[in-house]
This record gives sequence, C-alpha cells and structure tokens, in this order.
Amino acid sequence: MRAGLILSWTVIAVVLLWAVVPGLFTGYDPIAGVPVEKLQAPSGQHLFGTDAVGRDVFARVVHGAVNSLSGAFVAVAVGLLLGTLLGLLAGSLGGVTDAAVMRVVDVLLSVPGLLLALVMIILLGPGTVNVAVAVGVGSVAAFARLSRSEVVRVRRTDYVEAAFGSGGRFTAVLWRHVLPNSLGPVVALAALQFGVAILAISTLGFLGYGAEPPTPEWGLLIAEGRNYLATSWWLTTLPGAVVVAVVLAAGRISRSIAKESS
Amino acid sequence: MTRYLLTRAGQAVLVLWAAFTASYVLLQLLPGDSILIKFQNPELGLSPQQIADIRAYYSGGSPIGEYLRTLSGFLTGGFGYSIDTGTPVVERLGEALPETARLASAAFALAVLLAVVIAFVASYSRTSWLRGALLSVPSLFISVPAFWLGILLIQVFSFRLRLVPVIGGGELQQLVLPVVTLAVPISAPIAQVLARGIDQVYAQPFVPVIAAKGATRWWILWRHVARNAVLPTLTVAGLTFGELIAGSVVTETVFGRNGIGRLTEQAVTAQDTPVMLAVVVLAAAVFVLVNLVVDVLFPVLDPRLKAAS
Repeated sequence: MRAGLILSWTVIAVVLLWAVVPGLFTGYDPIAGVPVEKLQAPSGQHLFGTDAVGRDVFARVVHGAVNSLSGAFVAVAVGLLLGTLLGLLAGSLGGVTDAAVMRVVDVLLSVPGLLLALVMIILLGPGTVNVAVAVGVGSVAAFARLSRSEVVRVRRTDYVEAAFGSGGRFTAVLWRHVLPNSLGPVVALAALQFGVAILAISTLGFLGYGAEPPTPEWGLLIAEGRNYLATSWWLTTLPGAVVVAVVLAAGRISRSIAKESS
Repeated sequence: MTRYLLTRAGQAVLVLWAAFTASYVLLQLLPGDSILIKFQNPELGLSPQQIADIRAYYSGGSPIGEYLRTLSGFLTGGFGYSIDTGTPVVERLGEALPETARLASAAFALAVLLAVVIAFVASYSRTSWLRGALLSVPSLFISVPAFWLGILLIQVFSFRLRLVPVIGGGELQQLVLPVVTLAVPISAPIAQVLARGIDQVYAQPFVPVIAAKGATRWWILWRHVARNAVLPTLTVAGLTFGELIAGSVVTETVFGRNGIGRLTEQAVTAQDTPVMLAVVVLAAAVFVLVNLVVDVLFPVLDPRLKAAS
C-alpha cells in the first residue's frame, strides 16, 4: 500500500500547487467565460468541459483550490488550537477542571458537527471565513478528547514523573515533555480533519452559506452545475471527484501518521 | 444495575440540558435582529410601537427570565414561535418529522445492512485482493460528499437509466435515492468498527478451539465471532444517529424533500433562532436517548458486563 500513500501525497501536493500557482495549470479565466463555448463536454481543449456561461470548469476547480484549502487550514487550526488547549488543560490539571471540560466536550459531541456549524453560521453570518471557523468549532470536541487521553497517558510515564521530580516547573514540563509526546495522534487527527473540513466546507458552500458566486468554490461549483444535470454531467461529477480524491488522500495520510506515531 | 441505569439517565438529562443552554446562549448572541429584519419592511405598515410589541411578545423581559421561560417551554413541549413563518415551532417540527423519520430509519437500516455485508464478506473471503478492496470501501464512503453522491445518483438513475422518476412516482420510488445518499456515509464507521471487531475476535484462542472441534468457517463467523464483535459496533451505530439528522439537511435539500433537514436549512437562511434551537435540541435528544438505550442494552447483550457491575 506504499503506492497509495505516495499517490495521496501527490494529490495533496498538486492541489496545494493549484492553490499557490493556479496559472501554471490552466490558462483559462475562472470568472470570465466565453459564451460561444458554453456547455461543452470534456475534451482536450477543456479538460473538465465548460459551464453555462462558457467558463472552463477545470480552471474553476484549480482556482477554487485556494478557497477550499485555506478554509480547511483555518478550520483545522481553530479545532486544533482550541481542542488541544482544552485537552491539555483537562488532562494535566485533572480533578474538577478535567470533569468540567469533559462534560463540555460531551455536550459538543451530542450535537452533530454540521448542525453546530450551522448554528455558528446563524451567529456569524455566511461567508468563507465564517464557514471555516464554524467547521473548526465543530471539530473542537474531537481534538479535546483525543489530546486529553494522550496527555493522561504521557503524564503517567516515568520521564514526566522524573522531570517533575527533578524540580521542573509545571508549565515547563507540560511544554517540553507532555505536549511533544502526546502530539503524534493529534497530528494524525489534524490530517484526517483536514479532509473532513474540506468535505464540510464544500457542503456548506453547496448549501449556499460559503463563498458568493462567481467565486470558484468547490461546493458552490457543484451547486451551480445542478441546474444542468440532465444535459451536462461534467459540471457536477468532475469537481466532486476532485473533492473525493483530496479527502481520500487526507484520510490515507492521516492513517500513515497514526501508524507511525503509535 | 438500577444504580447504573439511574446514573446514566441522570447524565443524559444533564447533557441535554447543557446542549439546550449552550445553543440557547449562542443563538442569543446573534448580532442581527431577526425580528427587525422581518418586520421593518415598510410594506407591512407596522409602526415602531407595533414592532416593539412584537419584540416584547417574542422576548420575556430580563435575559434570565427569558431563558427560564424558554426552558420551561421546552419542558412542556412548547418551543415558541417561528420568526420566519409566525407559526408555532411545534407545528413546523410536527409536519417535518414524519418525513425525516421515514428517511432516517430506512437509511439507518440500509447503512447497517451495507456495513454487515462489507465486514462479513471481507472477513469470510480468503481472496486477499477482494478483502483489501472491501476494507477500503468505508474510507471511500466517508470521503464522498453526500450532496455530490445524491446528485450523481439522480444523474445515473433518473436521467441516464430512467429507473427513478425525477418528479412524481410512488413514495417508495421517491425514497430510494435519498435513502442510499444518507446511508452510504453512515455505513462507513459501522463497517470499519465491525470489521476491526471481527478481526480482534478471530485472534482470540477460543476460535481455533471451535475450529478444531469441526465447526465450519461460516458457523464460527456467524455464531461465535460476529456475536462478540457486535458490542463495539453497537456503540458506533448509536453515535451515528446524530449524523442521520445532520445528513438529512443535505439529503433533503438535494432531493427537495420537506423534512427536518429542509427546515434546518430554511431556519439558517432566515436566522430563525427558535426553530434552530428546537432542531439542535431535537438532534441532541435523539443522540442522547439512543446512546442511553445502547448503554442499557450493553449488559443485557453481554452477561460479562452484568457480572462486573
């Protein structure tokens, strides 16, 4: 299965390049269309075909990468920072703090991530950044629970006891020994959540809460293609396939990180 | 045993209350004034006094008072009034619930069926490529955006093969594609845990003993291994119930069905906080209740747990 892992990293690398230098991959404009060339099926000219106003769909997917990826990065950052902070506090302080934090996590887990994100969208309003933050908030509980269990495990190890015993300050030991050693599975979860966030962001984009048209955002792209389902399959199928490939790759990479850290 | 049940029930009530309070507080932070947005339209011809009256009607004076009023409303089954339509939230939920209940229960059944087939065939098969392929199916299933899957199904089965009419058709025909759309992502975690559970049970020493006694492979899998692998699977299956409601938002939007999911989507768009609060509490209630049932079932299904407690 090494081949699968290499392929996954390749997919992620290509999509990252799409986000950074989209011009290298496509010469077409993602916003301005050529009306004469509307609704053309995929061909050598237009890899993913063209949409109703003659825009190259592949160009829109390539230029949309930056929206989806930066959104996913923000979402993972929010979940990772808030969640790990909560988990670290709960796991290292123990006692009442632990109980309180974990009850909050229980409550967060009892509401499905998408609904939580929708509540955040009611609160923050639609928009790309807000959607990313909303998705991130939905993943706080998962990060908190995992990092807490890791911290609890690492805290009981001999080297942490030794660090405390030799007079290490609480925060210093936490920072130098507990945090780095409990981070492996958390990083694996972050990789997984990266894929999950892309999925969630495209879902919210599809529902119309993310980027405004004509911004090329993957979920929005698929939503726009819905009106031409009967005639132009490529408008929805191909951008969706790209999302699937990226999410699959993130999941595969996550599993390899998890295996290596255990 | 009763003690265990009472503690678990108490915890469930506590989580539910906290979920209500948290979402209530969050939704109260709303910067926009949804009442003003809806009623300030000059065409309605409402005077500022009337708008103030409407606001007084929706709110209960002090923040604490309003919170207590809403909470007691929820406890007695009154969820307030939808800001969007002005009708009682209970009424809107009641209209939407049967549709989603049908969709979700069928989808859950299909998800479990899919998961069992994937895990069983993968474990039973001696062909390693088939096993590998089947075991990678769940990762594919969770990587597929549900809205895209729904669109793909419509494209293939409605427009290409013309097996399912796009509009019209019987209730059953209309249900097929949405059920598949909702079931696929939910079957993935169930299949993963079941397959892993089966693998772990196979590694236990009692399995070769039964095999040495002459039991067939199918008998071992069905009678001994699967039974022991069911418990963790049950936990995961319980956890997916929240996803059923979340998934219905997407599924019902794609297929144009009027259920809880559609209601949620409308509530978000209209900033209809009373409806959103009710939906969140409903989702949390379903989740908490199902997991309570799972916890209660555990000692019943596994006598070892009963002995331990």
